[in-house]
Amino acid sequence: MLLLSLAWQSLRNRRVTTLLTVISIALSVALLLGVEALRASARESFASTISGTDLIVGARGGGLQLLLYTVFRMGTATNNVKFSSYEEWAKHPAVAWTIPYSLGDSHRGFRVVGTNADFYDKYRFRKTRKPEFASGRVPVAFTETAMGSDVAEKLGYRVGSKIVLTHGMGAAGIMDHEENPFTVVGVLAKTSTPIDRSIYITLEGMSAVHVGWQGGAPPEPGEEIPASKLTAEQLRPEAITAFLLRAKSRIDTLRIQRDVNNYLPEPLMGIIPGVAMGELWSTVKYAEVALEIVGGFVVLVGLLGMLVAIYTTLNERRREMAILRALGAGPWKILALFLMESLLLAISGCALGVGLMYAGIAALQGVVEQQFGLYLRWQGFQPDHAIYLGTVLVASVLIGMVPAWRAYRNTLADGLSVRI
Amino acid sequence: MSNPTSPTSIALEGVEFSYGPRQPLIIDLASFELGAGESCFLYGPSGCGKTTLLGLIAGVLKAQRGSVRVLGEDLGAMSGAKRDAWRGSKIGYIFQMFNLIPYLDVRDNILLPTRLHSSRRADDLQRIATSLGIEKLLNRGVLELSVGQQQRVAAARALIGAPPLVIADEPTSSLDSAHRERFLELLLEQCKAAGAALLFVSHDQSLATLFEKQQSLPELNRAAPVEAA
Repeated sequence: MLLLSLAWQSLRNRRVTTLLTVISIALSVALLLGVEALRASARESFASTISGTDLIVGARGGGLQLLLYTVFRMGTATNNVKFSSYEEWAKHPAVAWTIPYSLGDSHRGFRVVGTNADFYDKYRFRKTRKPEFASGRVPVAFTETAMGSDVAEKLGYRVGSKIVLTHGMGAAGIMDHEENPFTVVGVLAKTSTPIDRSIYITLEGMSAVHVGWQGGAPPEPGEEIPASKLTAEQLRPEAITAFLLRAKSRIDTLRIQRDVNNYLPEPLMGIIPGVAMGELWSTVKYAEVALEIVGGFVVLVGLLGMLVAIYTTLNERRREMAILRALGAGPWKILALFLMESLLLAISGCALGVGLMYAGIAALQGVVEQQFGLYLRWQGFQPDHAIYLGTVLVASVLIGMVPAWRAYRNTLADGLSVRI
Repeated sequence: MSNPTSPTSIALEGVEFSYGPRQPLIIDLASFELGAGESCFLYGPSGCGKTTLLGLIAGVLKAQRGSVRVLGEDLGAMSGAKRDAWRGSKIGYIFQMFNLIPYLDVRDNILLPTRLHSSRRADDLQRIATSLGIEKLLNRGVLELSVGQQQRVAAARALIGAPPLVIADEPTSSLDSAHRERFLELLLEQCKAAGAALLFVSHDQSLATLFEKQQSLPELNRAAPVEAA
């Protein structure tokens, strides 16, 4: 106890150095925990891109691909799902709801999603949130479109703007669906999910722009059919790309998945979003590990700062050691005194670091969500974090051994002779 | 307060010491004795092995030959850790200067031996401080004190808890002559009052007459003096 109070008073006496050392340890600890929070937030935000959906159903192919083009609007589908199959599943007695997706077109680099009103009503992300309109309303007519907030912001569209879609993902040009311009009737509120980066039209709208495009190329000049001449028959969708499905009872999910996979009329596959997302996330595991390693090194640098701060005082404290020696403190007590100082610095650094991390997250939360679409939050203390902080303390004792051992050697060599 | 089992507080016999096997002998001393409660002036100019001898008596160093008996204990037979604990509880030690821990206030500096060793009681703090004239300084930081005040605080720390032996290594050399005499009188007085033996080492022979016994280290120590520092 005496050693502890001596260590404390000695540190207090060197206020500025102590404070700077504690701050450098605190910053490194805050960074380590901040990176940890960032990691967890990224995972959480990733996992909550889609909620409430039990199955994603598409043409048979790669499960990861299906997840990517439905949830993340990345990559392309190779096959479609017949609209009749979709209708059959939508009416299935065990199915609560479905959301059809018809993909393939784009507008100036942003994906176009053909869907129906169920998307705006049933789609969920971040557990319970659903797409909301910042302005306007759900597109109803086949010439109407709604857009995600990023699209509207980047391209400067408002309700009332007119846009022309492009076939496929190419640049605007010859593959434009010029004969069928769309009118923006709604802009969605920001969600910080891929919803923000897409343009939404009706399934009928998707059919309309492709009338005469059956060969995958624009209709010959003179064969274009103006929107006003399209018949209800032509607007009826023949196929969609995929659909999201919610079972009435989650217990049925696996049974429905099996039935989807064994569906006879055409080859389909159903994936469970949570499982597929887990697989996808594990592919970026190395990035997490890299972040962890960087965090570890930052802490090491912070502790080396402590080593320097204590080590440089060793010489000026030789007299103090001789006095303690004369008062009957053995060399081991001197060693313990120095270790105690390292430990006190590290403990204060950890405590301040945790505080800084909380403050930092509170301060940056808004900016990070605005700029990167990532909802940064501290998920609370986990056993992992206790292990991190414990490791920092153990490392501080190990690193503190360097000056402590040196002081021990000095004490033995100096005895009672006092160097000034 | 002298140790009843031993009439002498220090008894050295045929002591030899060197820092390492191939190093020259620093101490080669046939015999030296100090009675319990006795005050002794040990004349020691620089380089005569003074600090080394004090290290041997205080049990920080261990003699290669001979017997070092201090306060009835054979220091050669004790482990280092035991000698550390023994030194802290039985000996008060005053250095030449900068005796105090800079980050502790006067009171904590004086009380340090009592915190390290439960056998040294803190009860007489007020009395000792008053008799040394530092009772008003107890809450001050040590860096605010004059050198004379610092040495008196060091004396108070050496005396607290009534150790049977006080060793003072040139405690007056940083003081001017007026303060020197006054400090010495106080120190002798307090040692007498506590019944502590006082081993006082100095190169200033003008102080010798104040002590009951005078010795000269160059005469005692047969090891050739190392070059003067």
